[in-house]
Amino acid sequence: MNRGTQFATTLLAWLGAAGAAWAAGADLGQAEKQPTNWTAITMFAIFVVATLFITKWAAARTKSAADFYTAGGGITGFQNGLAIAGDYMSAASFLGISAAVMVGGFDGLIYSIGFLVGWPVVTFLLAERLRNLGKFTFADVAAFRFGQAPVRVFAASGTLVVVAFYLIAQMVGAGQLIKLLFGLEYWIAVVIVGALMMVYVLFGGMTATTWVQIIKACLLLGGATFMAVMVLWNFGFSPEAMFAKAVDVKTGLATAAGKAPDAAAKEGFSIMGPGGFIKDPISAISFGMALMFGTAGLPHILMRFFTVPNAKEARKSVFWATTWIGYFYVLTFIIGFGAITFVLTNPQFLDAKGGLLGGGNMAAVHLANAVGGNVFLGFISAVAFATILAVVAGLTLSGASAVSHDLYATVVKRGKADGASELKVSRVTTVALGIVAVLLGIAFEKQNIAFMVSLAFAIAASANFPVLLMSVLWKDCTTRGAVIGGFLGLVSSVVLTVVSPAVWEATLGNPKGSALFPYASPALFSMIIGFVGIWLFSVLDQSPRAQQDRAGFQAQQVRSETGIGASTAATH
Amino acid sequence: MDDNLTARVAADPRYQALKSKRSRFGWLLTVAMLIVYYGFILLVAFDKSLLATRMGQGVTTIGMPVGLGVIVFTIIITGIYVQRANKEYDDLTEQIVKRALK
Repeated sequence: MNRGTQFATTLLAWLGAAGAAWAAGADLGQAEKQPTNWTAITMFAIFVVATLFITKWAAARTKSAADFYTAGGGITGFQNGLAIAGDYMSAASFLGISAAVMVGGFDGLIYSIGFLVGWPVVTFLLAERLRNLGKFTFADVAAFRFGQAPVRVFAASGTLVVVAFYLIAQMVGAGQLIKLLFGLEYWIAVVIVGALMMVYVLFGGMTATTWVQIIKACLLLGGATFMAVMVLWNFGFSPEAMFAKAVDVKTGLATAAGKAPDAAAKEGFSIMGPGGFIKDPISAISFGMALMFGTAGLPHILMRFFTVPNAKEARKSVFWATTWIGYFYVLTFIIGFGAITFVLTNPQFLDAKGGLLGGGNMAAVHLANAVGGNVFLGFISAVAFATILAVVAGLTLSGASAVSHDLYATVVKRGKADGASELKVSRVTTVALGIVAVLLGIAFEKQNIAFMVSLAFAIAASANFPVLLMSVLWKDCTTRGAVIGGFLGLVSSVVLTVVSPAVWEATLGNPKGSALFPYASPALFSMIIGFVGIWLFSVLDQSPRAQQDRAGFQAQQVRSETGIGASTAATH
Repeated sequence: MDDNLTARVAADPRYQALKSKRSRFGWLLTVAMLIVYYGFILLVAFDKSLLATRMGQGVTTIGMPVGLGVIVFTIIITGIYVQRANKEYDDLTEQIVKRALK
């Protein structure tokens, strides 16, 4: 048995025939419980205490609904860029991508690039217009000139479905990770995450959430930078030397596994080029579309654009977000190669069978120990936990605002709800979401949740994004078209995911080859269904409402382009 | 916003210019991004060996600068848009708004 066999088998199953398993960004697998790590727990406790002080400060400033949803619109572009990055870089992408690079080398890079390329599209087509048209949620934008109730019901459904899948993935990931890093029981970890996120959102609203995300982004970027610099420093800052050593290590592993010298050399060198990640072009394109356009349809990300005072700051915030996230993926790539050279060669980090102690996703964590010792290991573990908190807080806030602002205030109360009662509903929803998230997190402990994050991206790309784009840019879009097309995109992306190999075979346990939909991601098809649905039902729509919808386009466009009439920052 | 104001802004030639310039530039850059990313993906799908070609004597392959290049390109193209919008489009917007609200 060569070292790494155990995790390699796990990860091979994970990379699987279906690339969808690659979207397993959030799947941390079944983790083994580790001895209690007091350094990590102490560092995490410091983070929690600091964030609770911030929450207390934020609570004093959170009086109106605008404070709760958008921090009063007073966040700067640079701060918001960091917060978006903090919202987007999950613990799973840190641990998952560095582990993927350790196993597959270049393939891990291909995977991470997919998560970055959506950001320019958001910048060019949506960011400024979103800021000019919206107030609290993306439904404000999608429903701007349309019949409020139907579009809001659609947008709230799109939001809650995306948030639910994303949240379950994060909760299960959190439980596994904390079990792994801190040596706590799974359920305790899930309850801690649920309780803290409720406290942040409940009392501190968007202000606390934003600062938790900013701090976490700084800690994660700082920690990852330190690791990458230490790795490169060991190779005299020569990437070639690092790559050469990594190829060497991989070749040695293949030889130890009984490969002939030629085959071993070939296998060692395979990390330097594309491997099995992209099998068929259709899956590759479809998965790429889910990541690219899903980014532009994630409700918790879109919501962040309303926290800045104007379109200029909105635009700047995406630029900073893109920069930090791109930089982060470069770091994870170096960290992955560092793990090959420092972790796979050190018996201290390997179990009896040669696998990584604690499972495949521990690559970055062991590397932290290798380059920075026990204290830095504690720091990185605490950062990973903090990362999950920041992401779940953003998700919860977004789900709560969909219920209170879109469903309660606009649909139930027909726009006549007062701020105080709207705020109350969002707080009740926050508690409900927190409890549901904890229960689902516990219920899904043993489930294969690899598909959930990719499903969330596919739904966002096929339902939220088409409706948003068409309502903002296409004059002839109507209420009926947007709602029917949006739901078609939503339903088709869910159904096609369920009958794809990753869920039908890998999760539901049906025989191999029985999946009706052969590709890794539904986005290529469900996005077309969504867009064509919106177009067709808008063109066919001759109702009086449709005429009103089309007539409203000019006023909407003037506001979206110039910002005249856009909601302004609350004064404190 | 009242209809009168909307109509006034909509009739402003500078508004027309802003709208078409920004839209053209935004879509142009979007298409550039799509070409670069899906070009990269298709390259990986159809010619794996090209990206796995060694660049020199060492083990570094063409894929490395290409992959990192896609990341850098993504950041730069976003920066280009923001740079132009911050100057040109914001100036134009300011003029339009000033005139409309006069």
